[in-house]
Amino acid sequence: MLSTEQFKKDTFSALNNPQLRGNFKRAMSGLMQKRLAVFPDDQEFHQLREIGHSARANALHKLPELLQQLESNCSKNGIQVYWAETVDQANQLVLEIAQRHNAKSIVKGKSMVSEEMELNHFLEQHGIEALEADLGEYIIQVDHELPSHIIMPAIHKNKEQIAQMFHQKVEPSVFAESAEEMTAIARKVLRRKFYQADIGVSGVNFAVAETGTLCLVENEGNGRFCTTLPPVHVALMGIEKVVEHLEDVPPLLSLLTRSATGQAITTYFNMITSPRKDGEKDGPQNVYLILLDNGRSQMHSDQLLRETLLCIRCGACMNHCPVYTRIGGHAYSTTYPGPIGKILTPQMKGLHKAGFLADASSLCGACVEVCPVKIPITEILLRLRHQKEEDKGNIPLTSPKAWKAGAGNLVWKGWKTVFANPELYRLKSLGITKLGNFTPRWMPVLRNWTSVRSTPVFAKKNLHQLAREEGLSYE
Amino acid sequence: MNSSAASRNNILTRLQQTTGVLQKDSRNFNFHEGSSFDEGKRWSAEEKVLRLKSMMEAVHTEVHLCVENTWIKNLCSILEQKQINKILYGAKTGLAQELGNLKQESSEMMPELIDYKDPIEESKDLLFEIDAAITTTRGGIAETGSLILWPTPDEPRLMSLVPPVHIAVLYASEIYSTFREAMISENWSSEMPTNALLISGPSKTADIEQTLVYGIHGCKELVVLVIQ
Repeated sequence: MLSTEQFKKDTFSALNNPQLRGNFKRAMSGLMQKRLAVFPDDQEFHQLREIGHSARANALHKLPELLQQLESNCSKNGIQVYWAETVDQANQLVLEIAQRHNAKSIVKGKSMVSEEMELNHFLEQHGIEALEADLGEYIIQVDHELPSHIIMPAIHKNKEQIAQMFHQKVEPSVFAESAEEMTAIARKVLRRKFYQADIGVSGVNFAVAETGTLCLVENEGNGRFCTTLPPVHVALMGIEKVVEHLEDVPPLLSLLTRSATGQAITTYFNMITSPRKDGEKDGPQNVYLILLDNGRSQMHSDQLLRETLLCIRCGACMNHCPVYTRIGGHAYSTTYPGPIGKILTPQMKGLHKAGFLADASSLCGACVEVCPVKIPITEILLRLRHQKEEDKGNIPLTSPKAWKAGAGNLVWKGWKTVFANPELYRLKSLGITKLGNFTPRWMPVLRNWTSVRSTPVFAKKNLHQLAREEGLSYE
Repeated sequence: MNSSAASRNNILTRLQQTTGVLQKDSRNFNFHEGSSFDEGKRWSAEEKVLRLKSMMEAVHTEVHLCVENTWIKNLCSILEQKQINKILYGAKTGLAQELGNLKQESSEMMPELIDYKDPIEESKDLLFEIDAAITTTRGGIAETGSLILWPTPDEPRLMSLVPPVHIAVLYASEIYSTFREAMISENWSSEMPTNALLISGPSKTADIEQTLVYGIHGCKELVVLVIQ
């Protein structure tokens, strides 16, 4: 459940789970090293991400035109395009397609939009089996969990935990211990599913407006199975995923795979432009594309917040985030964890529901340094925090939250006054050097910090005093 | 499906309104003209072959450098060594002729050649049971060690995915330096095929504790014969 209290609780229990912290620390350090190894030339990286940023910014700049161009080219090629403003509408569209084709079973490639929609759950309620075919997604689906990372969904589990799960829930007759054995079992089980499936569902990494082409990036081949073998393919895509030209794709593909997993390229890059044509022997006869808004057009209306939509979902921001690495993906209780989630979720679900996520950052900026499309994540975080406080100002005085909000605002106002006035500032510094160390540990607010950390000791002299004694002056 | 038209209208209206409201973005988005991001990456014919080979070998691909007249012998020994009894091929490709000739010459050594001649609805069992498939390629990419495939009615999409072994024949003269160079030289944007693929190794996963394992859903082994 999405709430400040739940987040604090989950964070606390994650921090006290050495197994989980070990799993994440190992995985994230590995991913950081791999990424570093494929960007040996800093200048090349900066040049490439400048191009990646431009390609994405250009697409957002022309978004309504490009979406119409994409729609018209897809339709010309035989791909049927549908639009959904909300996740409920998108789910309904998938259901109607499934019913139209009398589908009972669906196999899925990895798609974050389908996670946004909670599509599996929805389809199961309507008696349709939706099976994840990406190994990581499959592992957590069998174990009734949610992804903890957008690229490596089962990263929170170690090999022993997965082996237990395979033994109990997938293949009880053997106890597979190695990753090789478990992979072999999954291959066998999932091939049967691909063979039988009525519909394949996939996401979209890039959609090319000028040709009406849907691009998919993957290593396992499950994405190719889902988009080639079943008679129907349904592609789910956020409206921001469009790019103008085919030529925009190579730099973005390079940035995506290198930033995500440190690979020069993934095993498969799959470009789909039409359903099966006359004379062709395989490929789906029907291809549907569902364009989902879910708050994106709202983000698009603001110059700064729009930059959230530049994202190509590589996950580098979470791999490098000191907060994410320590608490893991589940603590956030959201589809998108880590830095990108902290700016995306409050905008999708509303600041009143998810605004607290914007506070869960030290603003260290590690995410901004590695972002392959230059999303100003820290600036957006600050903007959301600011907006959240402003919204609080609008809470009616009779509301029980009003007092807390008022107190918060008062503290910030006081802080602002002191820091804008040299006399007050000097008085405050003097006060802290003389009396600061007498502040009791148990003081409200302060004890949130001191209950788990040693109390900081204030210096006897402040920086200005020290500088003066050294004979330094401002001039 | 009724809601789709209304949603389309609402989404586009919202997006168009913002385009009008926001200040005109003055940044230069014309980044392709004079773009140089891959211009430093142009290699000689020989360098391209070696780079493709080393990139592909790094991800578990068998790469054999062959010459025009004798490559078919290389193929024979690979098939024998891998004990392939049945191999899927496209009967109307140039490749098929060579395979057919060879089959006549040395029928005992060669595995049974099987044509993917019926639509998948009737070929499913065949595809899921066969040992290997051999296909042509449209070209290669040296920078990333990738094969370019545009599947055709004669060599359909699933040939490079379902059988556990995929053997691909690549002409060295068709290796480009970069993906961008390939799509621009061949003017891909003028007409994209039903499906275009870049394949860079056998299928793989690292979803179990980041341990790299080859052969998850797609082929387990990828063999590339580069003909120089």
